Amino acid sequence: MGAIIEARDVVKRFDDFTAVDHISFTVPEGVIFGFLGPNGAGKTTTIKMLTTVLKPTEGRLLIAGHDPVKEPLLVRRAFGIVFQDPSLDGELTAAENMELHGVLYRVPRVERRERVESLLRFVGLWERRDDYVKRFSGGMRRRLEIARAVQHRPRILFLDEPTAGLDPQTRNQIWEFIRGLCRDEHVTVFFTTHYMEEAERVADEIAVIDHGRIVAEGTAAALRQQTGGRTLEDAFIALTGHSIRETEAAPVDRMRMMRRVWLGRR
Amino acid sequence: MSAVFILWLRQLKRYFRSRARMIGSLGQPTLFLLALGFGLGPTFARAGGGNYVQFLAPGIVTMGILFTAVFSGIEIIWDRQFGFLKETLVAPVPRLEIVLGRTLGSATVALIQGSIVFVVCLAAGFRPAHPLLLPLALLFMALIAIMCTAIGTAVGSVLEDMQGFQLIMNFIVLPLFFFSSALFPVPDVPGAMRFAVRLNPLSYGVDGLRGALSGGFAFGAATDLAVLGGLAAILLAIGAYLFSKIEV
Repeated sequence: MGAIIEARDVVKRFDDFTAVDHISFTVPEGVIFGFLGPNGAGKTTTIKMLTTVLKPTEGRLLIAGHDPVKEPLLVRRAFGIVFQDPSLDGELTAAENMELHGVLYRVPRVERRERVESLLRFVGLWERRDDYVKRFSGGMRRRLEIARAVQHRPRILFLDEPTAGLDPQTRNQIWEFIRGLCRDEHVTVFFTTHYMEEAERVADEIAVIDHGRIVAEGTAAALRQQTGGRTLEDAFIALTGHSIRETEAAPVDRMRMMRRVWLGRR
Repeated sequence: MSAVFILWLRQLKRYFRSRARMIGSLGQPTLFLLALGFGLGPTFARAGGGNYVQFLAPGIVTMGILFTAVFSGIEIIWDRQFGFLKETLVAPVPRLEIVLGRTLGSATVALIQGSIVFVVCLAAGFRPAHPLLLPLALLFMALIAIMCTAIGTAVGSVLEDMQGFQLIMNFIVLPLFFFSSALFPVPDVPGAMRFAVRLNPLSYGVDGLRGALSGGFAFGAATDLAVLGGLAAILLAIGAYLFSKIEV
């Protein structure tokens, strides 16, 4: 099976801070790929580069055969994304949020109607389709975002911490949906998470990033074996150390804050 | 183009669904109309200025458009904080279409709000001098709406959060309003202030609207149209450029 995501020697620098430092990896088509790392390791920056939101300083990326810098619109058509923070319009209904997405992604009207119904049914929100999203719980919003993200039949689904802040029941349910979609829609999944047991359970392949560099790659079993850990969490800690990252993330955050204050934006 | 339409529609839906905002932003122009119109009316008439409500109404309509347009444009900041902005920025749609849809939507909202303020003015006793010029008045209102929304878009693209709200209010919106010809006749004010009023793009909107509604252009209809149209286009371009530079 060919690679659907390819990163070669990718670097991202913000002023004098290197967030991503020469990373290379490939994601084969059809797998569920876990991208793990402590806070501030470079996960979100990498996702932003893969999804055309940020331009890499150096290196080359290929998403579904296209370069996100040169052909951003083609790349955007090829993926769906669920962001770390919610990205729905609370003043619109569930159906309207779906509709808006379908129009932006040029899903033909008839197909759009079918997709909206079948996907909302799949995530259990069809009965609530005419309710305002602002009245939805966190789990319902996540389900809606996942349904929305695959509406245009993307080849890749990016999930940035899709289960953060949800209770275990909801987290399990969300992963059920993701696996179901992966199976029914033949979509490659690229996700990040801080819950190691989730990654261990669902990921076919895993890459661990720390300080902007890939420190390990392989299946969960291979990573356990490589580090001699009993669980993926042991392996993760063996790979990335025990230190809490607040102290290291702080200067970066401060720098970002300063930039925000002085330049008025990021 | 369908992207432009759906984003335009979204702005309208949001507007019609938040009655509180609709009524809230009607309060300020109404207060100004009543307090100034009837409070200063007799003095204005004694000084030979004629009917003050008749003079003031176009300025109040402009105020309604200005406030609604700028804040509707600034909604970008909310969308950034509540995350919806990202959904549009990763869509396979050129940013120009996104900013165009949003801006036209917000401008339409402002135009509707301005029309409601116009009805309030009618209720307060204002009468258009030339009913045949009403389409021209509507054109001026639309240009004012587009220009002010573009200002909101530009500001909203640069600011990250609502902390700058007071700044925008006190250094952009209120000066635009007070240093325009909305409240007083331009020829009578001191030189420096007259200069400020002439530099203020909103003055041309007020003047055009007043000419069309009450009769009597101070700068001339053609000048008003040219200045407003030109500035609306330039500000739209600036707004679109700044929007295209947003990183999330």
